[in-house]
Parts: sequence; C-alpha cells; structure tokens
Amino acid sequence: MLANRRLLSPLFGLMFIVGMACLVLSTRAGSKRDSANPKLADGLAAWEQVYSVLVSPRCINCHTATNYPQQGDDRHRHFANVIRGREGRGVPALSCIGCHQEVNAESTGVPGGPDWHLAPLSMRWQDTNNRPLSSAAVCRSVTDRAKNENMDGRALLTHHQEAALVLWAWNPGRRLDGSMRTPPPLAHEQFVTATRTWVEAGTPCPRAK
Amino acid sequence: MATYQLNVNGQTKKVDADPSTPLLWVLREELKMTGTKYGCGISACGACTVHLNGVATRSCIVPVSLIGNQKITTIEGVGADPVGRAVQNAWVEKDVVQCGYCQSGQIMSAVALLKATTKPTDTNIEESMGGNLCRCATYVRIREAIKRAAEQLT
Repeated sequence: MLANRRLLSPLFGLMFIVGMACLVLSTRAGSKRDSANPKLADGLAAWEQVYSVLVSPRCINCHTATNYPQQGDDRHRHFANVIRGREGRGVPALSCIGCHQEVNAESTGVPGGPDWHLAPLSMRWQDTNNRPLSSAAVCRSVTDRAKNENMDGRALLTHHQEAALVLWAWNPGRRLDGSMRTPPPLAHEQFVTATRTWVEAGTPCPRAK
Repeated sequence: MATYQLNVNGQTKKVDADPSTPLLWVLREELKMTGTKYGCGISACGACTVHLNGVATRSCIVPVSLIGNQKITTIEGVGADPVGRAVQNAWVEKDVVQCGYCQSGQIMSAVALLKATTKPTDTNIEESMGGNLCRCATYVRIREAIKRAAEQLT
C-alpha cells in the first residue's frame, strides 16, 4: 500500500503538471481564436462596404452579363446599338473609344477615361436578368484568380487604389443636362480603406445564402 | 477661345474655337468641310462619323480640346486610302444612296469595318454598322456594297 502510494504520488504530480499545461495552452489557443475572429468579422464587414461600391451603377454598368454595356443610374441598355465585341471594346466602327475619349467630355456629357472598355464576362457582377449577383457570388468571382486576371489580394488593393477606370467612378463627369453623375456610395478613400481591411483579413467571402 | 492645330486629311489646319466646341462644328463651320453631317448631336445616329487615328469616331460629341495631335480623316479625305476608294466605288456601283444624308457616316464606318475585318460576315456588318442609322433604309444596299468592296480589296 505504502509502495503503491510512493508510486502514485509522482504519477499524480505528472498528471497535475500536464493538466495545467493543457489548460494554459487551451486558454492561449482560445485567445488566439478570439483575436482571429474579430479580424475575420472586420474583413467580412469591410467586404460588404467594397461590395456596395462594386454593384453601384458607376461600376456594374460595365461589369455586365450581357452583350452590351449599360448606362445611367437605372442601368438601362447603352443606346446606339453598342455591343460588347470580342474583347469588350465594341466592334469596328462602333468601338467604345469612338465616343469615350481619355477624359470626360464635359461639354457634350460623354464620360471618358483611358482605354474605355467593358470588364470581361468572367468579371460579370450581375445575372442575365440584370440583377446584381449576391455579395457572396461577387466575392467569389473577385477572388478567383482564374477569373480576375490572376490578381491576389495585394493586386486587388492596387487595382482599387490606382486603376484609371476604377478612379473614374469618383470623377464620373456631367450628364448631357449638366448635372453630375452619381458617384459610388463610399468615398474613394473609404473604398480603399475597406479593401485594405478585407485584404489584410485574407479576402474572406461571406457564405452563400 | 483657343487656337488649335488640327491634322485633317494629312494637312495641318489652324482654327480658333471655344474648347467645348464639338469637332463636327469645327469641321463644318470653321473649316467649311461640310461632307460630315449633323444628325442627332448625341452620337446616336452616326451621320457625323470621322476617323481619329483610324478609329471611327462620332465628331458631334468630341470637343475640339480633346483632339490633340490625332489624325482626323473625313469623308473628303477617305478616298485617298485604298480601302476608302474601294468603298466609295462600291457605293456608286451598288447605287446605295437614296437621300444621301447619312451616307458620309455610313462610308466612314464601312471603311473602319473593312480595315479591321477583310471579309465581313452579315453579322459583322450588322454589328459594326448598327450605330449608323438611315431613314431611307438603304441597309440592304449598304451591306451589298460593303461585300462588294471587300471583294475588290482581296
């Protein structure tokens, strides 16, 4: 009995130490998860801000699922029988740059920017019934490097910060009647900040509903 | 007002114009080149089509301030080009024109099409010429003439 006690004492001691170690480690792991979750939550919240811009008319009118661009805040079909063409730049004799110059033409109400063109169909952000795709679907599309011209998170951030046609959305010029076109719902700086938060969180996408 | 040096049909033309003036009106009013027509004024009909660096462009909506040193080709100068000449010949051969008002623009667009697509299909023609309206509905003869010009060029 005494011998057994002598044997069990170190064993209990060892079990106690192991148990405490596990407790400490599990507490640490828990705190790590707690710190990761807010980052994920922040990333997802930031994505929703990014999404609100992407599906605004200034962006989605050229990210169509159709054979033609759209125009206006009501996103109606582009007038003058303009069509997408093989490379999203219209067709000979009816190309995008045949009207859209390198900058906005304020006196004639024609928007412009460098190499005016449609986004490829792989980057369509609406369905064929003209409804914006869900936040989850757009996120999956934007983060799919097979569809997005092989852009990783850092490249997506740069795209949102610097791409000329992205920047145009915040300088969309005047309509023919002289009124200003509606910009996206966030300021460009806010859009970039939201994109950065989303990228730093690992470009998380919401779950499809 | 500002002074612009424009390259029109290979010649340098100096014009004084308000920067917001559409190229169409500089051509017609300042340079008296009236072959390019005013139709709708909002790029919806194609009557005002010219080429800017070879790109078929609606001159009614491009302010002169945005032209810079781009080469402007108008209906008056397009015949100096082999494709332009072939299109004009085909237009005459097929007797395309009815009232004629839209035909400058039609020819400028047809030339742009044939420079990009040597043997255009009916679909190519319908897509590329879809922005050029003709109230006389000469579309069938326009298509025949484009195909005839393509034959002549091959």
